[in-house]
Amino acid sequence: MTLRLENLCITLAGRVLAKLDLTVSGGNVLTIMGPSGCGKSTVLAALIGALPPAFSMRGRIWLDGVDVTQVPTHARRMGILFQNDILFPHMSVAGNLGFGLPGNVTARRAATDAALSEAGLPGMGARDPATLSGGQRARVALMRTLLSGPRALLLDEPFSSLDSNMRASMRQFVFERATERNLPVILVTHDHDDARAAAGPVINVMGERIQL
Amino acid sequence: MPHPRGWSLVPWVSIAVLALPVLAGLVGVVAPAFGYMPALGGNAVSLAHWQATLSWPGLPAAIRLSVVTGVAATALSLALTILIVAAWQGTRSFVWVTRALAPLLALPHAAAAFGLAFLIAPSGWLARAASPMLTGWDRPPDLLIVNDTWGMALIAGLVVKEVPFLLLMTLAALGQTDSLRTQLVARALGYGRVTGWLKTVLPRVYPQIRLPVYAVLAYSMSVVDVALILGPTRPPTLAVQILDWMTRPDLAMRFQAAAGAVLQLALVLGVLVLWRLAELAIARWGRNWAASGERGVMADRGLRPLAALGALIIGAVVALGLAGLVVWSFAGLWRFPDLLPQSWSLRNWTGQMGSLGPITRDTALIALGATAIAMALSVSVLEAEARGNKTHAIALVYLPLIAPQIAFVPGLASFALVLGLDGSRLAVMALHLVFVLPYVYLSLADPWRAWDARAGLSAQALGAGPWRVLWAVRLPMLTRPLLIAFAVGFATSVAQYLPTLLIGAGRVTTVTTEAVALASSANRRLIGVWAAVQMALPMLVFALAILLPTLIFRRRQGMRVT
Repeated sequence: MTLRLENLCITLAGRVLAKLDLTVSGGNVLTIMGPSGCGKSTVLAALIGALPPAFSMRGRIWLDGVDVTQVPTHARRMGILFQNDILFPHMSVAGNLGFGLPGNVTARRAATDAALSEAGLPGMGARDPATLSGGQRARVALMRTLLSGPRALLLDEPFSSLDSNMRASMRQFVFERATERNLPVILVTHDHDDARAAAGPVINVMGERIQL
Repeated sequence: MPHPRGWSLVPWVSIAVLALPVLAGLVGVVAPAFGYMPALGGNAVSLAHWQATLSWPGLPAAIRLSVVTGVAATALSLALTILIVAAWQGTRSFVWVTRALAPLLALPHAAAAFGLAFLIAPSGWLARAASPMLTGWDRPPDLLIVNDTWGMALIAGLVVKEVPFLLLMTLAALGQTDSLRTQLVARALGYGRVTGWLKTVLPRVYPQIRLPVYAVLAYSMSVVDVALILGPTRPPTLAVQILDWMTRPDLAMRFQAAAGAVLQLALVLGVLVLWRLAELAIARWGRNWAASGERGVMADRGLRPLAALGALIIGAVVALGLAGLVVWSFAGLWRFPDLLPQSWSLRNWTGQMGSLGPITRDTALIALGATAIAMALSVSVLEAEARGNKTHAIALVYLPLIAPQIAFVPGLASFALVLGLDGSRLAVMALHLVFVLPYVYLSLADPWRAWDARAGLSAQALGAGPWRVLWAVRLPMLTRPLLIAFAVGFATSVAQYLPTLLIGAGRVTTVTTEAVALASSANRRLIGVWAAVQMALPMLVFALAILLPTLIFRRRQGMRVT
């Protein structure tokens, strides 16, 4: 699987915020680094098709050779993890996982059970997400995204809300899952450790290489 | 993102539901005021009805009463609300007070007015508590306390209900004004609590509560049910007199009522303009005052207890008043000045069972129907807005709240009479919708917009289309505010007096029209029964709205109120 940004240029009121022309192939992680407010998250919003109306975008987004630039968010199959896990508070853990699973999958229980086991939470499907620890919630959020069958994974500072000892294991957990599934990954962060752990190229929002 | 065309029309459906009846009603009042209403035999434009209205001897006094009670009730309510917030915002007792006052929104004006009347009447608890030791009375004194000619009881009845309303509106506005930090900065600069708040927070909060204040002003000047219960009688306020003309058997009097309604509308508009001018004058004076450097530290000593006292009195009056209604409804023999009845009885209730059942059912059905439609419309408008179809015309939701009912409902009643639509439950429900929709929409709009949009984005990124996001994520997550909005709508419908009376034409009655109809009777036990039901019905729905989410989401900590 491949994610390609072709001459992507995001502007706000005529000012160029981000300029990217790159390809991420399956199993690789591209890191976009920069201080807060530099427009990193805006790039991800553009990639999932949720750019706020004040911004404008030129260029194309290709996913597995298909131009998805005009495809609405829900049909784009671009998985995303935010800084907070955003588990739906009114659903159980299994309910959250089931929400991610496409409607045409029939063996739903088996799929969510397998996802729970993979996240190290076997048998915890009936739990209230609010009763899980931060790390557990983050893993559920990842599994929910993976169950939706994405063709790329976008990470919007997903480790910054975890405490430091949890952060390393969560990074490893996420990158392993992405590699297994051969997903192209774009990680947005301001944390050097995140970027090092990603072990891929590191750029800023203008597409310039950054040396760590 | 592409938007289907239809969504841009959605807000206009709601605007039409709100605005068309008001406009039609105004036409139905202005035309007959000038003699034109062919269906009622008025074919020629004339000023005869104006002459009749203007030559009514009670008119100057009625106008004076309407203006004085309306303006005094609004000014007092606003002043007390501002004082309570300025003196106590940010303290624990403030949180407690606002929570205690919130359910009062669900209380119909008429029930609160009856409660107050029972409390202050010559045979009420206040007189009983003070007799005979303090007063020397061994029988109820022959004093005109309720329905006093000055309209004091009417003003008090309005203040008791409008302070909680304005307080909640102010609270909603405070959330958007960074008020706590602003106040903190002012205090760090050496300002007293109240003075600091008035100088720094009020100028930003007032523009946001301006429309609710205008609604209170228009309502207080033209209210009918509260004025029937607490207001003066000879002459009554203008609105009550219009209703009297409107409901005379002689249909020709409707022309005179129409002229009165136009006069009432002009009166309200005129006073609104004066209020606006007063706002400007106070703002100009306030700017100088704010720059004067006066810290007002000492003022807190008097004003903070005063505000607390005001809130306490309102709470006590409502609680004792409502308790009084219930006690009277179960009272057998009750001698003056005993604090409690000698004997208790279910007879007051059993005697009414035949009509209580069907009328309560009709009241609930009308309220459920109107509220359900209002919910559907409000959610569509807000969802259309979320999908990029926002229109500023939605500010028109305030139209039915600011246009006095007495100025346009008679017009609608005339049309309904001519078209044969009066006296049907459906017509009453349709008109209730006009007043329910604004409250449901306003109650829902803030939580709807405050919802964490990233939950929707997450759902979309997981493959959920806009409808699934709405049904499976947004609506369930907003269960609590949705149910509260429903309860507010339900209470609004139950409380409607004038629309029910005029469109129901005596053939559709609700607990409110029944209770208010008893106002002129001296039968406290009977009033107690009906007012208790009128109070209990919306309170019950409110209690359900608070309990149900707790029950449904008892295993979901993330859905608790924070």
